[in-house]
Amino acid sequence: MWRDTLLIAGKDLRIESRSRVALSQVIPFGVVALALFAFALGPARGPMVKGAPGLFWVAVLFCTVLAVQRSVSVESGDGARDGLRLSGLDPAGQFLGKSLSVAAQLVVLEAVLAVGVVLLYGARIETYWVIVASCLLGTAGLAAAGVLYGALSAGLRVRETILPFLLLPVVSPVLLAGTRIWQAGLSGGTVSDATPWFHLLIAFDAVYLALGVVVYGPIQEST
Amino acid sequence: MTTITPDTSPTTPGAGPSTPDAEPTRSALPTSLAQSTRMVWTTRIVGLTAAVSVGFTVWLGLWVTPPDKVQGDLVRLVYIHPGVAWVALYLAFGLAAVSSLLYLWPRTRSFFWDRLAAAAVEVGVVFNICTLISGSIWGRPTWGVWWAWDARLTLTAVLLVLFLGYLALRRIPAEPEVRAKRCAFAALFAAVDIPLVHFSVDWWKTLHQGATVLNANLSPTIHGSMAWTLLLGFIALTLVFVWMLLVRYRIGVLEDFLGTGELEVAILERQAEGAGATPTAGSGDGAAEVAR
Repeated sequence: MWRDTLLIAGKDLRIESRSRVALSQVIPFGVVALALFAFALGPARGPMVKGAPGLFWVAVLFCTVLAVQRSVSVESGDGARDGLRLSGLDPAGQFLGKSLSVAAQLVVLEAVLAVGVVLLYGARIETYWVIVASCLLGTAGLAAAGVLYGALSAGLRVRETILPFLLLPVVSPVLLAGTRIWQAGLSGGTVSDATPWFHLLIAFDAVYLALGVVVYGPIQEST
Repeated sequence: MTTITPDTSPTTPGAGPSTPDAEPTRSALPTSLAQSTRMVWTTRIVGLTAAVSVGFTVWLGLWVTPPDKVQGDLVRLVYIHPGVAWVALYLAFGLAAVSSLLYLWPRTRSFFWDRLAAAAVEVGVVFNICTLISGSIWGRPTWGVWWAWDARLTLTAVLLVLFLGYLALRRIPAEPEVRAKRCAFAALFAAVDIPLVHFSVDWWKTLHQGATVLNANLSPTIHGSMAWTLLLGFIALTLVFVWMLLVRYRIGVLEDFLGTGELEVAILERQAEGAGATPTAGSGDGAAEVAR
């Protein structure tokens, strides 16, 4: 399973390194979203600094939808999905591989957006490990749930419109938890406030990763 | 337009009511309709019992029970709100999750479970909206706001959106088997959020009050006639749910039949065109014609 995971993740990341869709479209979109939030809040620093954690995670969520759609669309042409199904690769490995690839792209995006939040909004990071841990845990959950719903909507003609509607409510606990943890990790926050939200993120990751490992194969067969 | 009424012809031998829609085919309608004769009566009896128990709850809640020491008459909303929430968050969505699981399980795969899950989600969404509305009406004078961003409220709203997503997914045209499987997976993923809703009240300890009846010590913090009215409210709303579920299930069966019937008539018309014959006038009521 782990070998298949690395194989699929390598395949998706190789496609990304050659097409540069995430780099040239998804990440710039995230930065544009940050700028638009700033326009909506006005030029004063106060509201921007206060809203920085939430705005960061909202931008990440929007970009997750794009990354997942891209991850699904690379397999939508030339019978690639059927090819994968017939390849004999472990479905659990395929799920983990695709999740790993989406997560890797999201981590790069989050690094860029975090710099953006610091530079554009004037937020000051106080406890770095809290911020990094929230990003890693949040990204694992986002990628797992995203790939799962991506597979569910893969064969649909209305994929582009149904995926955000299905996915965004599911990942809203990540937004809630991520925002609260960031508030605790930024200047003026209390680290101990983050503990229950870390528990929530871990539970979210465990549930959707386990679910994906078990049901990814049957989903691929049925859609 | 011709109305479609349940077929009261004798049941096909061997297809008893204990195995509803045993075969996952859409052409099994005559059996389903024959069964629905019994279903009609069950629905009526459940509906009547629900109406009587709701009437009793209203009488007890509005006239017999005293106002609360702190909340005054506002406490009367508590006879409805937890019951509606119980149906929406646990019963309806729990049933949808179990039915979806049973559909996905190869040994129990039957369109009965698919239709039951769809009916449970649809009725559950109605109850979920009622939960949020009744909670808001209670929250405005108690908390001072129509909506508070409390964890439990938020997740209840999230749950509503999740199951609206299920219904949206269901509306996407697909082969019956594909649609049923896809929706069953979606229901299963969404159901995963239900434990989060349940335990969030303990995890976050925010505005929402803790469980009144089913708390950790199993010692209800409500007494006397108020407790009995609350219990009756739970039973009444559960009966209303069952009644709505039965009605929605029957509509689901008829909808499926209508779809199949229309398709069959369209094929017959096309064949008739090919043979040079003129299609019969008024053949739009195809399902009814096929039923005859």
